[in-house]
Amino acid sequence: MAEANVPGTRPEDIRPLSPHLQIYRWTWTMAMSVAHRITGAALYVGSLLLVIWLLALASGPEAFETAQWFFGSFLGRLILFGYTWALLHHMLGGIRHFIWDVGLGFDAASRHTLARLTLIASAALTLLVWVIGYAVS
Amino acid sequence: MASTKHTLRTPLSRVRGLGSARSGTSHFWHQRLTAVANVPLALAFIAIVVCATGSGYEEALALVRSPLVAILLLLFILSAAYHMRLGMQVIIEDYVHSGAKVAAVIANTFFAVLVAAAAVFAVLKITFGGM
Repeated sequence: MAEANVPGTRPEDIRPLSPHLQIYRWTWTMAMSVAHRITGAALYVGSLLLVIWLLALASGPEAFETAQWFFGSFLGRLILFGYTWALLHHMLGGIRHFIWDVGLGFDAASRHTLARLTLIASAALTLLVWVIGYAVS
Repeated sequence: MASTKHTLRTPLSRVRGLGSARSGTSHFWHQRLTAVANVPLALAFIAIVVCATGSGYEEALALVRSPLVAILLLLFILSAAYHMRLGMQVIIEDYVHSGAKVAAVIANTFFAVLVAAAAVFAVLKITFGGM
């Protein structure tokens, strides 16, 4: 039995694994689940944007003008647009989880509708925020 | 109904329900608690950023140091930083299985605390720093 204890050859090591993500046909709920995690990770990094803006404002006029110049540039606006969508999408994904938390929306039709609404509403709200942003500035 | 006959868990341990990690469902609960708080706070944050769009230095100072905005920003920073620490820890625990896991979880906490400390310091300096 000695050879059976070599790591990699033991029965528990060579058991078949459950299929990984790429084997499955993509569904709306699966895509929105992945999107929820990716937007969450993006917001984690994006929290630095708020830190940079606040620290620049706290540091004085020159630092603030530099920060405003960057956030107003094409790249800055692109990053902020992505941040806006990530924040709203993650928020709506969270609300979807609240609905599930109270025991509602578990049937197939509701799951599908909620997942699609998450994306549609996050896109619509992002555009709304930016239209308002351009209107007030 | 689980019997205590064939388990080494004490009745007290079962009643407390804290499991082997001694924290029970607190990670999940705090994640949801901050998530609920983040909904209005993030909406307020978006509104504040929209108001700050294209504003000059003095305007931005006046905006951030107004009590309602300062309080909402501070609450959003604290709630969001704690929430993102909890969320990133789950991601780390899902994907990192080597010895790097502990280092990553520690670094995650440090990052969240650093983000919160820097942002809170900035808001307090803008508000009380006599700028």
